[in-house]
Amino acid sequence: MVATGALGAVGAAAVAWPFINNLNPAADTLALSTVEVNVTPIAVGQAVTVKWRGKPVFIRHRTEAEIKEAEAVPMSQLPDPQTDNARVTDTAKKVRPEWLIMIGVCTHLGCVPLGNKPGDPKGEFGGWFCPCHGSSYDTAGRIRKGPAPKNLVVPDYLFTSDSLVRIG
Amino acid sequence: MASSHGTPPVFNNKVIAWVDHRLPIFSYIEKEYHTFPTPRNFNYFWNFGAIATVMLVLMIATGIVLATNYTAHVLMAFDSVERIDRDVPQGWLIRDLHMNGASFFFIAVYIHIFRGMYYGSYKAPRELLWILGVVIFLLMMATAFMGYVLPWGQMSFWGATVITNLFSAIPVVGESIVTWLWGGFAVDNPTLNRFFALHYLLPFVIVAVVALHVVALHIHGSNNPTGIDPKGPQDTVPFHPYYTMKDGFGVVCFLIVFAGFVFFAPDYLGHPDNYIPANPLVTPAHIVPEWYFLPFYAILRAIPDKLGGVLAMFGAIAVLFVLPWLDTSRVRSCTFRPIYKWFMMFLVVDVIVLGICGSKPPEGFWVPLSQLATLYYFAHFLVLLPILGKIERPLPLPPSIADSVLKKKAV
Repeated sequence: MVATGALGAVGAAAVAWPFINNLNPAADTLALSTVEVNVTPIAVGQAVTVKWRGKPVFIRHRTEAEIKEAEAVPMSQLPDPQTDNARVTDTAKKVRPEWLIMIGVCTHLGCVPLGNKPGDPKGEFGGWFCPCHGSSYDTAGRIRKGPAPKNLVVPDYLFTSDSLVRIG
Repeated sequence: MASSHGTPPVFNNKVIAWVDHRLPIFSYIEKEYHTFPTPRNFNYFWNFGAIATVMLVLMIATGIVLATNYTAHVLMAFDSVERIDRDVPQGWLIRDLHMNGASFFFIAVYIHIFRGMYYGSYKAPRELLWILGVVIFLLMMATAFMGYVLPWGQMSFWGATVITNLFSAIPVVGESIVTWLWGGFAVDNPTLNRFFALHYLLPFVIVAVVALHVVALHIHGSNNPTGIDPKGPQDTVPFHPYYTMKDGFGVVCFLIVFAGFVFFAPDYLGHPDNYIPANPLVTPAHIVPEWYFLPFYAILRAIPDKLGGVLAMFGAIAVLFVLPWLDTSRVRSCTFRPIYKWFMMFLVVDVIVLGICGSKPPEGFWVPLSQLATLYYFAHFLVLLPILGKIERPLPLPPSIADSVLKKKAV
């Protein structure tokens, strides 16, 4: 009886799995995994938004002042401590402090924070401000205030030349 | 309660008698909706179960017709809804009935829930009846949320994004669950497709749970405004014609107000932003859910921590499941609970305050107010209810339902 029941349970689980896994991302969705961007038109102080995997990706050409400000923040003031350098390093381990590349999705509940367009509010820390529930990010995209628990996510990216970056 | 249940009915029509002998549906209707002994003292609050049922049927009927013209694809959904509004014969009417029907279904259910709480309808032996009701409420919330996503406007898209992201608060597996819910890395076409499938399925699940709700109701019969059990035939009247008529009257009154919105202010309860097609790169400046979710949304935002906020929001509904055991008073009806009555009314005010907080941007004065209101909401259930039952001295209960009705008339 017990053996039959156990075998039945295993069988039921084996049948249930395709139904559950069926809802996971399909192969064509997974295939849309990289995007290439030419960064030469982005002037210092400007930012652009590109779409990657259905999500906005922020590419910001930071000013010297913004970089200095981000580097000067002591780790003790950060809810999710991360150095500025760690956030501007590509997958080849090359550091480019002038280029900040992040997924533009608030780590609270997924809204797109404001701060990429010239007229946008940038929040108390000069980076980004999420209008949905009031999270503020600094010039390195690190969470400083509000309900979001984590820094804006830095995706895998690689500068294939000085002007071309591949995200994903 | 089983007074008039004993003798099976005799049917004069031969066809009916033939069918009933093989499948006793006519006996069932006779017993449960005709002779069914029902307390004679219902007030109009007892209409809202019937009204909610009518709204459920209306939502399914209009929903099936809408589905024949709707296209569940990110490139076509918005336009297909506009086409229903502009080009499909009477499409505007069917859509406005469905759109406002959701709001009015919630109005009926919120009044129904208030009725149950004020008159203590959740107490023994009706605990399971109440729990089934909370299950229906949860299913309604899921259905309404997924339905709101289908027109694929800005509020649809961002509402879907925020609500599915609630699950990312779960430690360790949260992100994988959200990816699984979406079927991708953002709310996109796979999400819209599955939401449409589930939005079509869940109403029929609601019908099934409503059937269980009614079965459980008919075991011990309805509660009533005095909260005391009927003691004999002098306390009850047959369901038909007394309450079929009273429910019918209530339904018509409710539908008049409903029709007023459908014909004269069909977009009053909605958001203009949802007439902007969904744009995954721009979040609207101020996103708010539909009015019926606002109190829970306020609780979510009141807690300045992601996981904490999500837990509080789900907790606000979960606490209803254990309500029958949190209330320690043996008296059902607030009519005879001089202290709790006022706290119950204050809970209604509190939920309305939460609703207003939920509709405002999360800044300034609204943040501490929503925190205070959230605190009271939980204190009501977890502190006041258990304590009041012990310390409150209830008013004397009338000897019977008949007695309370006749005395009132004499005064």
